[in-house]
Amino acid sequence: MSLLSVKDLSYIYSKDTPFQHTAVDQVSFDVERGDFIGIIGHTGSGKSTLVQMLNGLLKPSVGTITLDGVNIWDKPKEIRKIRFKVGLVFQYPEYQLFEETVEKDISFGPGNMGLSEDEIKERVKNAAKFVDLKDDLLPKSPFDLSGGEKRRAAIAGVIAMDPDILILDEPCAGLDPLGRDILLTQIYQYHKERGNTVLLVSHSMEDVASVCDKVMVMNHSHLEMYDTCEKVFSQGEKLATMGLRLPQITSIVDSLIDMGVPLIKGTLTVENAVLSITEYLKKEGRL
Amino acid sequence: MRDITLGQYFPADSIIHRLDPRVKILSLIAYIALVFCTFNVFSLAFTALTVLMIVLMTKVPLKLYLKSLKVIIIIVIITSILNLFYGTGEPIFQWWIIKVTREGIRNAVFVCVRIVCLILLSSVLTFTTSPTDLTDALERLMKPLKIFHVKVHEIAMMMTIALRFVPTLLEETDKIMAAQKARGADMESGNLFARIRALVPVLIPLFVSAFRRAYELALAMECRCYRGGEGRTRMKQLHLSKRDGVCIVISIIIIACIVLLNVFGGAIYQLFV
Repeated sequence: MSLLSVKDLSYIYSKDTPFQHTAVDQVSFDVERGDFIGIIGHTGSGKSTLVQMLNGLLKPSVGTITLDGVNIWDKPKEIRKIRFKVGLVFQYPEYQLFEETVEKDISFGPGNMGLSEDEIKERVKNAAKFVDLKDDLLPKSPFDLSGGEKRRAAIAGVIAMDPDILILDEPCAGLDPLGRDILLTQIYQYHKERGNTVLLVSHSMEDVASVCDKVMVMNHSHLEMYDTCEKVFSQGEKLATMGLRLPQITSIVDSLIDMGVPLIKGTLTVENAVLSITEYLKKEGRL
Repeated sequence: MRDITLGQYFPADSIIHRLDPRVKILSLIAYIALVFCTFNVFSLAFTALTVLMIVLMTKVPLKLYLKSLKVIIIIVIITSILNLFYGTGEPIFQWWIIKVTREGIRNAVFVCVRIVCLILLSSVLTFTTSPTDLTDALERLMKPLKIFHVKVHEIAMMMTIALRFVPTLLEETDKIMAAQKARGADMESGNLFARIRALVPVLIPLFVSAFRRAYELALAMECRCYRGGEGRTRMKQLHLSKRDGVCIVISIIIIACIVLLNVFGGAIYQLFV
């Protein structure tokens, strides 16, 4: 049985008014335990609405979401428990920091779960370690941290709830290239060490290609594609019709293929590309 | 949260929309004063009719007016009922301690019509005038206060900025609330005290972000050499046109009519009876 199963999910904003707008239309998919899935799509394609339904912040207009075999809206009074199981990190999460110290802010989530003091302490420590926040930052005010540190503190606040599924909405938006790399690596490490399921909403094809196993492509409220990274990114033309492009390295390899070089479509990393190109050149006797 | 609309401007192409906002504000004040200076049935009916005419002329859907009336319907009912039972004079209906007099019925009707007219008139102003036009007009109207060293331009600028940021801050509140709920914040249950406490995680980030926005806006304004009202010209000049002249004349005629009706109301009544 899948960890998360979504059936015929739709969400309609301002239903029965002139402003009616379908943000998510008839979306179905399954997520297995331990998956690392990227969600891509142009602005307004319904990604954010979709992820807010997955943790019960929005109630679907139609359709069901089944988590661990239980429909999450079976007991509407206990929807908070679902939010602890499906952790959602919003875009620009640093704007939600509010406590006096970083430590207290990270404890907010676990505190709401009703855990014991010791348990909370332990979780805060672990979460801070996962996002590489040094111990001396914990007693500081969150408003004294740098931009990147604030972002990581906010993400730690969700990781500390130890959710089965961690959803991140554009976690790298507004960070410098180095900050992006560090954050992505940390999320990847977290996924590898805990074996947790991670959903990553992103505009950057490079980010998705470098860490995700599978990709969901949203287009005009529909789920257009859902497959492994290699398969999705080997269909450059189809993605282009949806206003999306390939990761840079993938499109370079694609151009080489068009020029007659026998490489593999859907090459995702620079390392793999270098490997296959040198192999080809050696075979040709040019290297 | 989204249902709170402060800037209710409804763009349409009507005579009222095209009037100079200064004329609109002054006429509105005059009409509101009039509504409370109606002393007999004739002047009240005449005022109500005038207000209805203005409402129809705005070309704003009546549904919107009904919506703004809905908010105060309870106040109207309560004050009408109170007036109904507190009339003096000969009772026409009496039961236990409740007695209804002719005077009471008259008062109830008057209060009801007056409040409805008041709300309709202010809705006309907010529906047909964009917030920027409104603050512009207020700035011009308050200009004479400069003699008393009142910073008129600065006050108007603050009002414009405040109005501009209402929707932004509402959106921000929505976002922060969703984010804290995602961390398990419980905002729907508990007693009053618990609920107020639950707002802290929303209010603090909201204040922080409001200050951040204020700082950024001030910086952006200084970068564009904003130095306050001294010597500042405006892109949109307010000009009184022929239309506005006509409006002023009509308003004066209406005021005269009501004064006359007030004075000769008794005589007209005699004619009918």
